[in-house]
Amino acid sequence: MISLETYILITILSPLIVFLVTPLLSRNPNLRDLLGPLGGVISSYGAIEIMNAVLEGKIPKLDVLDIADGIKIGFEVTPLGAIFGLVASVLWIFAAIYSVGYMRGNQEKNQTRFYTFYAMAVHAALCIAYSGDLLTLFIFYEVLTFSTYPLVAHKQNELAQKAGRLYMSILVGSSVIFLLPAIICVWVLTGSLDMSKNGVLEGNLNPEYAPYLLAIFAFGIGKAALIPIHKWLPAAMVAPTPVSALLHAVAVVKAGVFTMLLILTNVFGIDFLSKTGASTWLIWLASFTLLITSIIAIYKDDIKARLAYSTISQLSYITLGGALASAMATQGAVLHIVTHAAGKITLFFVAGAIYVGAKMSKISELNGHGKSMPLIFLAFFIGSLSIIGVPPMAGSWSKFFLMLGAAESGHLFVLVVFSISTILNAYYLMEIPARAFFLKKDRDIKVKMPTLITIPIICTCFLTIILFFAMEPFQKLTSIMVN
Amino acid sequence: MTDIIIKNLPILVVICPLMMSLIVVLIPYNFLSWVITLSTTFITFIFSLLLYQEVYLHTSISYALGNWAPPLGIEYVIDKVSIVPIIIISLISFITTIFSSKIMPAEINSSSISKVYSLWLLAIAGLIGLVTTGDAFNLFVFLEISSLASVALVAMGGQKDKQGLVAAYNYLVLGAVGATLYVIGVGLLYGITGTLNLADLSKRIAEINDNKALIAGFGFMIIGIMVKAAVFPLHIWLPRAYAYAPSAVSVLLAATATKASLYILARILFSVFDISDTLIINTLQYVILPLSILAMFAGTIMAIFEKDIKRLLAHSSIAQIGYITLAFAIGTKASVAAGFIHLFNHALIKGALFMAITSMSFYINKRITINNLSGLGREMPITFVCFVICSLSLAGIPLTAGFISKLYIIKASISADGIWIAMLILASSALSVVYLWKMIEALWFHEGPKNLLIKENSLVYIPLLIITFLNIYFGLDASLVVNSSFEASEQLLGARK
Repeated sequence: MISLETYILITILSPLIVFLVTPLLSRNPNLRDLLGPLGGVISSYGAIEIMNAVLEGKIPKLDVLDIADGIKIGFEVTPLGAIFGLVASVLWIFAAIYSVGYMRGNQEKNQTRFYTFYAMAVHAALCIAYSGDLLTLFIFYEVLTFSTYPLVAHKQNELAQKAGRLYMSILVGSSVIFLLPAIICVWVLTGSLDMSKNGVLEGNLNPEYAPYLLAIFAFGIGKAALIPIHKWLPAAMVAPTPVSALLHAVAVVKAGVFTMLLILTNVFGIDFLSKTGASTWLIWLASFTLLITSIIAIYKDDIKARLAYSTISQLSYITLGGALASAMATQGAVLHIVTHAAGKITLFFVAGAIYVGAKMSKISELNGHGKSMPLIFLAFFIGSLSIIGVPPMAGSWSKFFLMLGAAESGHLFVLVVFSISTILNAYYLMEIPARAFFLKKDRDIKVKMPTLITIPIICTCFLTIILFFAMEPFQKLTSIMVN
Repeated sequence: MTDIIIKNLPILVVICPLMMSLIVVLIPYNFLSWVITLSTTFITFIFSLLLYQEVYLHTSISYALGNWAPPLGIEYVIDKVSIVPIIIISLISFITTIFSSKIMPAEINSSSISKVYSLWLLAIAGLIGLVTTGDAFNLFVFLEISSLASVALVAMGGQKDKQGLVAAYNYLVLGAVGATLYVIGVGLLYGITGTLNLADLSKRIAEINDNKALIAGFGFMIIGIMVKAAVFPLHIWLPRAYAYAPSAVSVLLAATATKASLYILARILFSVFDISDTLIINTLQYVILPLSILAMFAGTIMAIFEKDIKRLLAHSSIAQIGYITLAFAIGTKASVAAGFIHLFNHALIKGALFMAITSMSFYINKRITINNLSGLGREMPITFVCFVICSLSLAGIPLTAGFISKLYIIKASISADGIWIAMLILASSALSVVYLWKMIEALWFHEGPKNLLIKENSLVYIPLLIITFLNIYFGLDASLVVNSSFEASEQLLGARK
């Protein structure tokens, strides 16, 4: 019988081992490229076991280091963490396979460095997922930023450098200037950095100050990409597509909204928030972000830029769900982490596939090429349906819960926001397969699609459908979380 | 033999660098003079570690100089309070001496190297003496020894850049003013109490109530020391002196010089005078507290707009001194302990940052300004990584020493009912991110000159690595520093409150 501590170690250490071993295998690319998927499988195994344990009501725990006086580093898995950990580790398998196809198909330079930091970023994301207190969370939040910088600036040209600079400035700046002080505030108010299921601030914080503290947190978590600190995400799209797919649709941004949800539920507490209305302003800001970025997305011709703005808008769904401070909306927000991850990674995979296979990156160039890459565009279509929230795709569940939550919390205008946004989603996402399948081809292009790219796309595409029917464990976890 | 050493430790830590400085000046070979200096600082460091052990065995060691019993004779007192700055000074001077081996000959004419090392040891002896002595006048002597030696050291920077002479002159004049004010204060107190022994002085002051001369004496002493400690707005000698001194000297001074004076400040405020006295309470609340807060912001804002990096770091030191005096000004046991924690950690942080910057300037053989910092990080990765880690430490990021000190200062200020003080600390440390990021951005993200072909020198980066490692180590295992500081503040304030 393996203890729960060991499972935590298995999950978080396997990407770290990949990080350490990859540079040693730079002479042997085949072996090196096998490491990622292998690490993903081992890590996912641990994550699944942890999730089962959490489902049984256990709390896996691992203390690492005691610094001084209630300041410590350690892991403790919450239901929310179990979900995020599972999403990150499972999608890492597919993203790792896809990276191999993409990097080879595109003949990118410095591949060893790429895989090395890729694994490090996954490690950081998993540590965030399982972190037991705010300090551990903050440390790995920073590690994640630093480990993704070499990936964003991978191409090392001027554009990539500039993007890397913006990326670091916003993410490091916001976290150091706002997030860390906010965490210290919590430490001072409550005397510890621990979190608890029902929040720790009730009774320790004057409700009048709660919105301000929440604001410091919300603007400190740059990774959740609320307006006006969202600029780094479109900038980060200069990175190779596997990075955009796993990190800027799953690991990094989800780490952001994960942190946001954790702060809302386990630091402030849903009851405290709904009683005091401290998060009402955040509902407005998130709604605003959600609509504005959907509109901006319509005007983006670059596929990845459009997906980036779509991601920002979908992240705001999650923040909004947390800010509504109702049990149902929170459940919806958590489920949206899962469903959006599966859907958006598919879309990014497709964007990269089109680039590798046909060297196209603009939407206006896609006219009529659906027949030369039917599988790829079909996957995009299905992924889009999931994002829009059409059954039987996974995305319909989370949207359903979010809408129920909005109704439950009494913020009815949020329902309107959701409906408008759904229409906008449909408009800007459906344009891509529609152009590909229904418009006339204006030029002929030779398409060469590596198998290692097609396979992960089909897998994640199926995942969006499977998740629709297999939502139960996730839903159970979220109900453990809110009850 | 060991017995004699142990018994005489309090004087050995002072006498060892003092005597050796006289020997070093006679050595004609530069390398040999460095070796002697290095071994002297090493031995002094070992002595101070032994002293640490002794202090924790006996709580407090009193050493009568020349066997003249105090309060008539000069007394050296080592207790849990003074051991903190002793360790800081001896540790930093040892590491900086290693660091100086390659840096020093690049900036100083080879004929004056042994003189520089002589002054170097003299300054160290002065600083340690300042901390160990328990006699108000002897303290003045050491204050002068250390400042005159440092002035001469700063003036050595004039060999390369004439600004060094101006800086040294400024430092000399203001230092002399500070010392004079201090000695006037000592004179007044001597006139009232008839004693120079600090412990004795404290007893007699407690018996006097409401004496105008006492207040005047106190004022003179405090202001004199505040000049030496560069407490805002008496700091104006500092940026120039740090910026134009020879590189290795900047590192030594930045990490140690003001720390000794800050310790004296705490000593006078809390142990010579009585913290429950309204005079001290008012001084803390209406003078030192507002000045510290001003220092935090003024120093940081000046650093943000500064282009010359050594000056930038010097401005940032002023802000950091502000944190320490702020912690003292709050005046509770926890806050004074937090002040001592930051005293120690800031020596490590600022020492390391100055070391990183001066080694960059050594590699490219130019003064470092924000413009020629461009792209240097890519050319010298080891130095850059150390610089980033220590910047994070200065900004107070978890896992570094700076985080621990910031945390304790904030905690202490909140438990003393000063939420707004905590907010100000957070705001000022958030502002410090601006200038730190400015440097890191230039170092890594800006396009720099190509083909510099820089090879990092191991004698230059090993001391940097050591001190960076200490920054991380004391961020991970803070118990040693935290406990020693709490013991220190317990001893300093315990008898009183």
